[in-house]
Amino acid sequence: MLRKSVIFTAITMAALAISLAGCGTAGSNGVVKSTQNASGTAGASGANTLTGAGSTFDYPFFNKAFYVYGQANNVRVNYQSIGSGGGIEQFIQDTVNFGASDVPMNSSEVAKAQSAHGPVVQIPITLGAEAIAYNLPTVKQQLKFTPDVLAGIYLGKITKWNDPQISAINPGVNLPNIPIVVVHRSDGSGTTYIFTDYLSNVSPNWAQKVGKGKSVNWPVGIGGKGNEAVAEIIRNTVGAIGYVELAYALQTNMTYGLVKNKAGNYVAPSVKTVQAAAATKPNISPTDFSIVNAPGADSYPICGYSWVLLYQNQKDQATKTALVKLFTWMEGDGQKQAASVDYVPLPSNVEQTALTSLNSLK
Amino acid sequence: MKRIGDKIGQTVIWMTAAVIVLLMLLFLVMLTTESGLSIQRFSWRFLVTSTWDPVHLIFGALPFLYGTVVTSVFAIIFAGIVGIPSAVFLVYVAGNRLRTWLGALIELLAAIPSVVYGLWGLFVLVPWLQNTGEPFLAKTLGFLPLFRGMPVGVGYLAAGIILSIMILPTITSLTRDILLTVPNELHEGAYALGATSYEMIRSVVLPYARTGIIGALMLALGRAFGETIAVTMVIGNRPEISGSLFSPGYTMASVIANEFTEATSQIYLSSLYEVGLVLLIFTVVFYALARLLVARMMTYRKGGASE
Repeated sequence: MLRKSVIFTAITMAALAISLAGCGTAGSNGVVKSTQNASGTAGASGANTLTGAGSTFDYPFFNKAFYVYGQANNVRVNYQSIGSGGGIEQFIQDTVNFGASDVPMNSSEVAKAQSAHGPVVQIPITLGAEAIAYNLPTVKQQLKFTPDVLAGIYLGKITKWNDPQISAINPGVNLPNIPIVVVHRSDGSGTTYIFTDYLSNVSPNWAQKVGKGKSVNWPVGIGGKGNEAVAEIIRNTVGAIGYVELAYALQTNMTYGLVKNKAGNYVAPSVKTVQAAAATKPNISPTDFSIVNAPGADSYPICGYSWVLLYQNQKDQATKTALVKLFTWMEGDGQKQAASVDYVPLPSNVEQTALTSLNSLK
Repeated sequence: MKRIGDKIGQTVIWMTAAVIVLLMLLFLVMLTTESGLSIQRFSWRFLVTSTWDPVHLIFGALPFLYGTVVTSVFAIIFAGIVGIPSAVFLVYVAGNRLRTWLGALIELLAAIPSVVYGLWGLFVLVPWLQNTGEPFLAKTLGFLPLFRGMPVGVGYLAAGIILSIMILPTITSLTRDILLTVPNELHEGAYALGATSYEMIRSVVLPYARTGIIGALMLALGRAFGETIAVTMVIGNRPEISGSLFSPGYTMASVIANEFTEATSQIYLSSLYEVGLVLLIFTVVFYALARLLVARMMTYRKGGASE
C-alpha cells in the first residue's frame, strides 16, 4: 500500500513535469517559424505558413483574400484580429511575420521596431470609408451634411434636428423638432481616427479642443463598443446620428447621408467616390497618409487607408519570398476580393506605390 | 515509506496553496509596476480628476469610480430587494420539491455568460427602457433628480438592472445558506412565544442572520464591481458624472475593456493599468470585509444569540 502511493505520486509528478516542458517548446503563441517547416516541405517555393496580427477592420477582407490565396498557392496565412494596437505590439516584438494597423506606426513606434529588428516597411493594403448614419423615420429624403454641420453636431453646438444650419442645407425637407443623439465609438479604433482626422481637418475648433486619435475625449455623445453597438443604438434611438464603416452600413441597410466634399459637391460614400478621393494622393507614405477632405469633384471626404507592416530585413529567404509573393498578390488580384466584401480596392496608382515599397524587402 | 509518501503529498499541497498566493501577489506587483508612470505623473489627483483625454494625455479616473460605485450600489439594492425575500421563500415557504427546482433555476441564472446578458441588454432591455421604462419613470418619479434627462435607453439604469440580474443568484443562494444555519431552537422558541411565521422571520431569524446577509451582499458587490462585458454594452460609455440614472456613464472595467487593445502611448497604457489597480484594490478590500463579516456571524452562532 505504502509503496504504491509513493510510486503513484512520483509518476504523477514526472508526468506533470514532462507535459509542462513539452508545452514550453511547442511555442505558446502559435507562431510557426518558416525554418521549422522549410526543412520538410517548402524547398525553393518559400515557407507555407505565415502569421499576422492587427486591425479588426481588415479582418473580413483578409479572411476572404487569404482563403482564396491559400487555395491557389500552398500557403496558409494565420491572421489574428486583435486590434491595431496589438498588431503593432506583436510586430515590434517580432512574434508575427506581418502586422496590420489602421493608423501607421508613429515615429516612436518605428524607432522601437527599427532599433530591435531593422528598418520597417509600411504599405497601404485597403481603404475604409465612413458613412454618416442616422435615424429619422419621418424624413424620406437622403439628408445632406456639411463639414461645419458635422463638427457642430459632434461639438455639441447643434443640438436639434431642425436647427437652421441643417435646414439651410436641406431645403424642402421637413426636419422634426427632436434632439440629436450623438453616437460614437467607445473602443479605440481606426474608424474613430479617420473620423476625428476629418473633423480636425475641417474644424479648427475641433482640432484645438479635441484633436484626432483612436480614442478621444468626446464633448458629447454616447459610446457604443464596436460598429454593432453603434448601429444598434442608432437603430433604436429616433434622432440618433453616428459614423459607421461603409461595409457595415451597406450590409445592414442603414440610412446614411450625403457629405459635402472640398469641391462643394454632396457625395455619398461608395467604391467610386472613395477611390476618387484616394487617387488624388498617390504618393502616400506612412508619415503623410491622410486623405480626408480630399480635393476632386467626386471624392468622398471621410475615408482612410489601412496598413500592413513588414520588416525590410527578413531573417530567411523562404519567408521573404512568401511574404513578397503574398502581398504582391494582395496589392494586385487580391484587391478584387475586397470588392466582394464591400471593401474599397486601392486605386492603381497607390497599388504601384505599395509594390515599389514591397520590393525593398531583402 | 509512509513518511516519504506523506511528505510528497504535503509538499504538493503546500505548493498548490503557494501558487494561489503567488498569483495574487504577481497580479499586484505587475499592476503596480506598470502603473508606475501614471502614479508618478498624476499621483493622488488621478482619483479626483474627471478628464479622460487620450489625445492631450490627461487622465483622471473619477468618472469610472463614480460609475462603478453607482451601478454596483443600484444592483445591490435591487438584487437585495428581490433576492433576500426569495431566499426566505426558499427556506421557509417552499415545499421540498419547489425548493429544489426553484433553487436550481436561480442557480441557472448564474450560469448564463456575461456576454449573453450584454446582448440581451443591448437588443431587448435598452429599447424597452427607451420606449417604455424610462418615459414611465420620468412621468411618475420625474420630480427626483435621479430620473431627469432624455431617455436614450443606455445608461446607468440599464447597467444597474443587468448587474442586479447577474448578482441575484449569488445573493439568493448565499442568503439561503445563511438562513439554513439559523438553529431550530430559535424557530421553536419564537413559535412557543406565540409568534406567527412572518413575525418569527422578521423579528428573530433576520436579525440573527443580519451580519451574514450583509456579508453576502458585500460579496455580490465585489462581483458587481468587476463585471465588464455586460455593463460596457449598455452603459453608454461616456466618462461624465451625472446625477441622473438616465445618463450614460462609464465603469472602470469598461474603460479597460474598451481602450486597452488600442492604447499605444506609454502614459495612456500606464493610466489604464492604474485603473485596473484601483479596481483590484477595491474588489479585494470588499471581499476581505465580506469574509470578515461572515466569519463574525459564524462565531456569534457558537456564542448564542448575544444581540
